[in-house]
Amino acid sequence: MASMDDMLKSMSKSVTLTTGTANLGDSQIEHKAMIRAIWRPRPKRRWLAGRIFFLLTLLSTLIGLISLIFLLESILGQGWERVSWEFVSSFPSRIASRAGIKAALVGSLYLTGLVASIAIPLGVGAAVYLEEFAADTRLRRIIDVNIANLAGVPSIVYGMLGLMVFVRICALGHSLLAGACTMSLLILPVIIVTAREALKTVPMGVRLAALGLGATRWQTVRAHVLPTAMPGILTGVILSLSRAVGETAPLLMIGALSYMAFVPESPMDDFTVLPIQIFNWSARPQDEFRVAAAAGILVLLGVLLTVNACAIFARMRFQRKMQW
Amino acid sequence: MITLGIVLVLLGEAVLFFEEVPLVDFITGTIWAPMFEPKSFGVLPLVCGTFLITCGAAMIGLPSGLGVGLFLNDFAPNWLRSIIKPVLEILAGIPTVVYGYFALTVVTPLMQRMSPSVEVFNAASAAIVVGVMVLPMVASLCDDAIRAVPRSIKEAGYALGATKCEVALQVTVPSALSGIVASFILAISRAFGETMAVTLAAGSTPKLTLNPFESVQTLTAYIAQVSTGDTPQGSLEYKSIFAVGMLLLVVTLFFNMLAYYLVKRFRTVTE
Repeated sequence: MASMDDMLKSMSKSVTLTTGTANLGDSQIEHKAMIRAIWRPRPKRRWLAGRIFFLLTLLSTLIGLISLIFLLESILGQGWERVSWEFVSSFPSRIASRAGIKAALVGSLYLTGLVASIAIPLGVGAAVYLEEFAADTRLRRIIDVNIANLAGVPSIVYGMLGLMVFVRICALGHSLLAGACTMSLLILPVIIVTAREALKTVPMGVRLAALGLGATRWQTVRAHVLPTAMPGILTGVILSLSRAVGETAPLLMIGALSYMAFVPESPMDDFTVLPIQIFNWSARPQDEFRVAAAAGILVLLGVLLTVNACAIFARMRFQRKMQW
Repeated sequence: MITLGIVLVLLGEAVLFFEEVPLVDFITGTIWAPMFEPKSFGVLPLVCGTFLITCGAAMIGLPSGLGVGLFLNDFAPNWLRSIIKPVLEILAGIPTVVYGYFALTVVTPLMQRMSPSVEVFNAASAAIVVGVMVLPMVASLCDDAIRAVPRSIKEAGYALGATKCEVALQVTVPSALSGIVASFILAISRAFGETMAVTLAAGSTPKLTLNPFESVQTLTAYIAQVSTGDTPQGSLEYKSIFAVGMLLLVVTLFFNMLAYYLVKRFRTVTE
């Protein structure tokens, strides 16, 4: 209120000031200058400023679009001819023209499967607990802030955690399982946050109706709340899985191999993944390896696009089912 | 639980490290040479490299991200919006290694063609790609923040005869400011913690320099370098990455808390 009063006061002061000078009329020029200072239409200048502003925002949008096109173009130009069945089905080699990505591709898929089976139940479970069961206590609020914070921790720090906890303390070695555990930790906060958002959008009426018909809390959640929130949860899960597919740094930390001439068969085997193979190849000076890296990127992007397409498709199917 | 785990692990190893290297030397030393004799652990060159790249990325990513946000809200017709949004999402979903490859094979040769003194590994191309990398994030967060501005106050601005530009800059941006600032802070903390693109593009020479065309090393790149080489567990270098990681964690946590606080304040103001 105080600020309002101040504003009124200063306004009335300025009014008396202007009328005062106008009434006095001793200086016509000063009066005119004052009027101009108060009201200046300057339509041309303002129109120009508007155009410049529009062009600036357009330009910044174009930066994003152009860089995407440029990126795709350069990768396609370099790597398209290298992508072949041979490339996908042969092992990496010292000779660049014979190098392939079989081990890395299998490793990536294997890892994603493991991460999904660890992170999805944990993440969705935590979200359901926090959203549907937990009382609004101080502890819960601390957990809230904590999870939001965890989502922003650099991925390489997770790598260090994984190195200490899974590789050394749990003695899993540089294995696929250790990698999957580290990755799961990395994407858990994201899954929890998106799943909670999805659960929040379920109307309260659904819960009250189920409870009113005598369902227990668990039955309500399982039969009504979860299916309704499913599209949102699925989107979050799949987006975070695609993040796990593309993430390199933590796996580099826990020691995924960059050269592997066999396919991992059990979760305890050594492994490598596509991004690490790409990192390794692009860090080499020879042009042939750069080409191989570009081809690897194409395969990786292909996998990611497929995963995202699955997400969209699944969301659409669930949405159709859940019409009210 | 997980935070506690991270803090404990990092603290444990970092304490071991600081038993051998005093904290003051670590923070104020200007030479980082863990691999050579005499060993020296002054973190400043790494911080400097990180700072250089983060600033460069912020200079590119933040204004254009905000620009995209404004464009999407004020100018873009619906059909254009429905094209740009997915494109930004794709851009956000591209793995960071790909950006590193992009910097090394496209951006750097381009810069070398313009001036031959540019080194193969340089901070500028790393900064450019990291800037492009954070752009979609800033854009979509800004877009959300701007969208949350009540329509009525915009209409009030138009009713007073303001042009689109004036409403955007004097009404919309100030009222969405805390959301916008929060998105900026998140982007900076992401650029700060970015590893792969920077490792590939900026090289690995810890140097106390502000020249963006030289090769530098960042905190994250150092961690990656040590962990890919075969450093025996328990050695001083091995412990040093945990000290560096600790620093990284503290800074990003600080940024994130700041952003979280701002967003919270912003919500209470609009409601």
